[in-house]
Amino acid sequence: MSVLVYIENVEGTFKKSAFEAVSYAKAVADLAGQDIIALSIGQVEESELNKIGTYGVSNVVTVNTDQLGQFVNQAYASVIAEVAKSKNASTVILSNTFSGKGLAPRIAAKLSAALGAAATALPTVDGNKWQIKRTVFSSKAIATEELSADKRVISLSPNAFEVKENPVSVSVENFQPNVAGSDLSTVIKDIVRATDKVSLPEAEIVVSAGRGLKGPENWGMVEELAEILGAATACSKPVSDAGWRPHSEHVGQTGIAVSPNLYIAIGISGAIQHLAGVSASKTIVVINKDPEAPFFKVADYGIVGDAFEVIPQLIEAFKAYKNS
Amino acid sequence: MPDTTSKITFSDNNSTFNSAGVQFIINPYDEIALSKAVELAEGGKGTVTVLHVGDASSEATIRKALAVGADEAVRVDAPARDAWFVANQIATYAKDQNFDLILTGRESIDYNGTQVPAFVAELLSIPSVSIAKKIDISDSSATVEREIEGGKEILTTSLPLVVGTAEGVAEAKIPNMRGIMTARTKPLNVIPAVEVASLSAIKSYETPAPRSTVKLIDKDNVAQLVELLHSEAKVI
Ligand SMILES: Cc1cc2nc3c(=O)[nH]c(=O)nc-3n(C[C@H](O)[C@H](O)[C@H](O)COP(=O)(O)OP(=O)(O)OC[C@H]3O[C@@H](n4cnc5c(N)ncnc54)[C@H](O)[C@@H]3O)c2cc1C
Ligand SMILES: Nc1ncnc2c1ncn2[C@@H]1O[C@H](COP(=O)(O)O)[C@@H](O)[C@H]1O
Repeated sequence: MSVLVYIENVEGTFKKSAFEAVSYAKAVADLAGQDIIALSIGQVEESELNKIGTYGVSNVVTVNTDQLGQFVNQAYASVIAEVAKSKNASTVILSNTFSGKGLAPRIAAKLSAALGAAATALPTVDGNKWQIKRTVFSSKAIATEELSADKRVISLSPNAFEVKENPVSVSVENFQPNVAGSDLSTVIKDIVRATDKVSLPEAEIVVSAGRGLKGPENWGMVEELAEILGAATACSKPVSDAGWRPHSEHVGQTGIAVSPNLYIAIGISGAIQHLAGVSASKTIVVINKDPEAPFFKVADYGIVGDAFEVIPQLIEAFKAYKNS
Repeated sequence: MPDTTSKITFSDNNSTFNSAGVQFIINPYDEIALSKAVELAEGGKGTVTVLHVGDASSEATIRKALAVGADEAVRVDAPARDAWFVANQIATYAKDQNFDLILTGRESIDYNGTQVPAFVAELLSIPSVSIAKKIDISDSSATVEREIEGGKEILTTSLPLVVGTAEGVAEAKIPNMRGIMTARTKPLNVIPAVEVASLSAIKSYETPAPRSTVKLIDKDNVAQLVELLHSEAKVI
């Protein structure tokens, strides 16, 4: 029996969430007393594959055929299930990214495996009974879910498990899969990435602003603050509804859920629907001119003050910190 | 789904969700899926069937979906045990109905899984997009914009297709008086569930530990915040 970890690449490179999945899978394999194999699909250079060894995994399988140059969940799920069967893997682990969400249920169905989606911590292992933890009710509760099947697929929430270095040397095996034509009816036409900015779901620091900023013309200082911190920018729902900011920045129950190390909320009241998407953040800083704003109740640090006075001072203070 | 402002509590030694006193609503993402379906079918271009897996207590909510403009409803008469169970019910019903498009929400806001759409598609061996921001349908194909980390991807695929809808796919439709009147007479068929092996179960719940009370920093001394973020919170 072994643990197979699928590591997702973005245009040939592995992101932090991929290495989190590798570190997590290595820890799971140690817990279960099993071997670990990593699987990469698509064109990834040897030097990039070698990075997997940094996190304690030496057996790396790559599938790199022309047909699989772009992500198609049907075809990728078939390949992952095929490799899992051929390597006698009883546990498949992957990152719960946007693509991972489309893959994990398919892999589980193909393997007749139990699915533990969006796990936030290491499982407990007791024979074929594994228990994972995940957030439910829009982060208002944490559930312990028992997986009771011979096989299981676990998707790991990004930013929930820290990468652990444990360098080993890597040996790479090429695998030739059987891909059915019927798995390839989806064609990617275009991919649009905001290249100059930090991606919001993966960001370690998020600077977010709400209606308190008054209008789109005032976002310059929010962006400047984010840039100094290497942070992604986000906003509340009414801000994107009004067209002040793109919808891709809207966080909350109906937007993106984030769990960065640091979430800085400026001029956001802290409505329950907003909190649903951000309360899993490690540290929350709230800046609001109203001391009664509900957001202060869930904050670690707060400044009661006018954003237009506080942000410029913060920019100077963080600049001084970076230069010190 | 419990209304988003509901207080979430558990009973039986934290093993069961306490639904007493909770207001139930249509999952907000399912409202988007329903509105898109009604929009696509408008002008006699097709029909919309609403399917719900759950007990009779949800019938008032199903009627609301009919009032928005669905043509008929089906209720699979069983508690929604988990996503795998629900997906099997949907796939079994859909198998002999020849739907061109199966729309779900991107996730249910109670158990927050984003599992059902890809499970359904796998059971039917058809393409799927779990989190879509935009959907255009032509005769036998679809163009879908899906969310990816830090951007979006535009793809074309064949029908039949399963799509989980996110914000942006359609404006939520509000039922009008005529819709509410006709909803009462539209068919709502109750069918039995198919058996599905149980592979997972939630054993217990806990509520996240409350944050320690907020530390307030004077607005004229923001350098102190920077210092605390570095030395105390250790996040910069
Ligand atoms: C079904 C549903 C889903 C929803 N989903 C989401 C969601 O996903 N995400 C989301 O964000 N919202 C969501 N909402 C909306 C949510 O309920 C709130 O209305 C919204 O979050 C409020 O945004 P805001 O805090 O930016 O604006 P407001 O509530 O208007 O608050 C502005 C805040 O700025 C402060 N302020 C004003 N001027 C200044 C200043 N000069 N300096 C400092 N502070 C200042 C004010 O004191 C106030 O606290 C949803 C609502 C519903 C009904
Ligand atoms: N009991 C149910 N009946 C019908 N559809 C459901 C049910 N549960 C979940 N779904 C659909 O599946 C979507 C995703 O759910 P989930 O995988 O639980 O996050 C929801 O938005 C619904 O459209």
